[in-house]
Amino acid sequence: MADTGFVQKEKLEEFLRELSKDAVVYAPCLEGDTVIFKTFDPGTTLCLDRPANNPPKLAVFPQSETLFSFKYKKDAEDPRKMSVELEANTDFPRAIIFGARPCDAKGFRIYDRVYMDTNTPDPYYQGRREKTMIATLCCSAPSPGCFCVAVGGGPAHREGSDVLITQFEKGYFIEPVTEKGKTILNAPQIEDGAQYAEEAHKRQLESHDLVRNPFAEDGLPKISRSLFDLDEFWEHVVSKCLSCGACTYLCPTCYCFNITDEQSLDIGERIRSWDGCMFPHFTLEGSGHNPRPTKFKRFKNRVGHKFLYYPEKYNGVIACCGCGRCIRHCPVSVDISEIVSYLRGSRFEFTNEPPESIGTDTNS
Amino acid sequence: MTENKNPYLPDLATVIKVIDETPNIKSYQVILNDPEKMKTFFYEPGQVGQLSVFGVGESTFVINSPPTRMDYLQFSVMRVGEVTSVIHELHEGDQIGVRAPLGNWFPYEEMKGKKILFIGGGIGLAPLRTLILFMLDNRADYGDITILYGSRTPPDLCYKDDLKEWESRSDVSLILTVDTEYPGWDKRTGFVPTVLNEIAPSPEDTIAITCGPPIMIKFVLQNLAKLNFKDENIITTLEARMKCGIGICGRCNIGSKYICKDGPVFSLAQLKEYRAEI
Ligand SMILES: Cc1cc2nc3c(=O)[nH]c(=O)nc-3n(C[C@H](O)[C@H](O)[C@H](O)COP(=O)(O)OP(=O)(O)OC[C@H]3O[C@@H](n4cnc5c(N)ncnc54)[C@H](O)[C@@H]3O)c2cc1C
Ligand code: SF4
Ligand code: SF4
Ligand code: FES
Repeated sequence: MADTGFVQKEKLEEFLRELSKDAVVYAPCLEGDTVIFKTFDPGTTLCLDRPANNPPKLAVFPQSETLFSFKYKKDAEDPRKMSVELEANTDFPRAIIFGARPCDAKGFRIYDRVYMDTNTPDPYYQGRREKTMIATLCCSAPSPGCFCVAVGGGPAHREGSDVLITQFEKGYFIEPVTEKGKTILNAPQIEDGAQYAEEAHKRQLESHDLVRNPFAEDGLPKISRSLFDLDEFWEHVVSKCLSCGACTYLCPTCYCFNITDEQSLDIGERIRSWDGCMFPHFTLEGSGHNPRPTKFKRFKNRVGHKFLYYPEKYNGVIACCGCGRCIRHCPVSVDISEIVSYLRGSRFEFTNEPPESIGTDTNS
Repeated sequence: MTENKNPYLPDLATVIKVIDETPNIKSYQVILNDPEKMKTFFYEPGQVGQLSVFGVGESTFVINSPPTRMDYLQFSVMRVGEVTSVIHELHEGDQIGVRAPLGNWFPYEEMKGKKILFIGGGIGLAPLRTLILFMLDNRADYGDITILYGSRTPPDLCYKDDLKEWESRSDVSLILTVDTEYPGWDKRTGFVPTVLNEIAPSPEDTIAITCGPPIMIKFVLQNLAKLNFKDENIITTLEARMKCGIGICGRCNIGSKYICKDGPVFSLAQLKEYRAEI
């Protein structure tokens, strides 16, 4: 078997159908004008031109999933009493995420530390993650909002990817990064890619410098604690936030969830679903006390989590992959890269005036 | 550490006794249905568990019976909302789910040889009870034990049998208080932080452990500071709305610490370091 492969453009769908034979394939597909990561099947229209609106996290962390089902049964010996049976399934099918972006792939590594590198690993995440291959498409040009290089990534960054794909006019150069990724070369639609390798590596380097770096050239952002702890700062920079939570749902590195029960008659399920720290109810306690009652506190926690708390816990790693989704899709154009850039303290002296450039629409 | 491989899957357990503590608090003694698990179940004083009523949900409660008395696990539940209301409907023989033990525990090793001052309010006596009973079962390891406990009215005092016993012991001094005068009440009245000032315990070689409603804790901490207790000798427990209980769901953090995993027990020195707002 060759080390690398190439798929002709017109054979791409056939190739994905082939992969679908023994794996669930997730790919960015067109839905109206929107690009959505979802399970690929015949009838879906692929769109690899721009990053999907939603990240591929749903492949290993579905928006809603069953943790276990339960069943109440009348006790045979004492019919007034009920016994309960529980059943959990952590056996998942193989999956391939095709056409993730390098930031998306890196996002999974941010999950891994929390969900797997702990003494209580999450069997649902782990079960899916271990069976999922991530085939990543290198970016040839950044989209509005992207800032992957500013957080240690880049348009051809390999972290988290099992396969790296480079786009050519004629088709796709396919390069396994991990052992898991090598199996992708078995499909009959794959030609030897050797002749494309050199040009592909050149292209991968080219787009790196096109990505904006809002934190300037001084490496990863270092946050000024005094500014970070200033409530007035947060009140200014997020005054227009609507607490809609879109930024958390579209973020490839946001991983919070809720757990709820559903029951009908004597059977039911315990379900976990995405949740987000931007919602006021997220931390509301039974007593009525809420440790993060205002959107300023919640936003501070979100930025803090990604740029201070997570790095504190995991060796400086930033829990934001710079995908720019929260910037592109925020209904009121709150820009996390701008906020973090102010938090470095060097560019922004806190005055009582809102900083002028905040809210510049990066969608255009 | 739980042996349970799936940390979300509760162990099934049976309620063996329900005790009416106060008008809105009941204690539940439960045993795990798997006798082997019950025999080898291990936890430390201060650790918590998630109780499940399947179909309704889970809530967090401290295991308030000490590991030195392992015939059953006791949880005390104050009725405040959905899950706790349904728990209040449970009877002897009913099935529930238990995910335990979770979280950290009181640093009882470091407290050896010291004087111990417990300051509790309402249901806040639950975690303190675990440690009090544990210390009484290892009495020689600890110095003077003082317990200051208060509630709104006398019927709101939890663990009345324990209180009676502690009151009668010569090696424990128990100070009870209720918010205002109450027919038949001949002990102290006044809020816990105020009574703390009145009894003015010496900080010398003493660890203060406090648990209760947030507002009580806030003033107790202030008053302990006035009494010259050092931050590292003040221990408290924090609450949060918890779901996973294992540091994953992201709900209960203060900075990079998770109350469910790095807590619920913290020293005031730690809380200041984490910039917790209390
Ligand atoms: C470490 C720890 C130890 C604890 N130990 C004990 C203990 O030993 N004993 C004890 O009694 N308690 C203890 N608690 C507190 C206990 O966990 C809560 O009281 C319990 O979880 C409340 O559950 P619930 O389902 O009954 O309340 P919920 O129904 O969840 O909430 C109660 C109230 O909160 C408000 N609320 C909640 N969610 C919403 C929402 N989405 N929208 C609007 N309002 C909402 C409502 O006013 C509601 O009535 C402990 C908590 C922690 C974290
Ligand atoms: S998407 Fe924008 S408005 Fe919505 S919660 Fe996030 S920052 Fe606030
Ligand atoms: S915080 Fe925004 S830019 Fe960073 S990973 Fe999440 S969605 Fe992408
Ligand atoms: S309860 Fe989930 S992180 Fe603490």
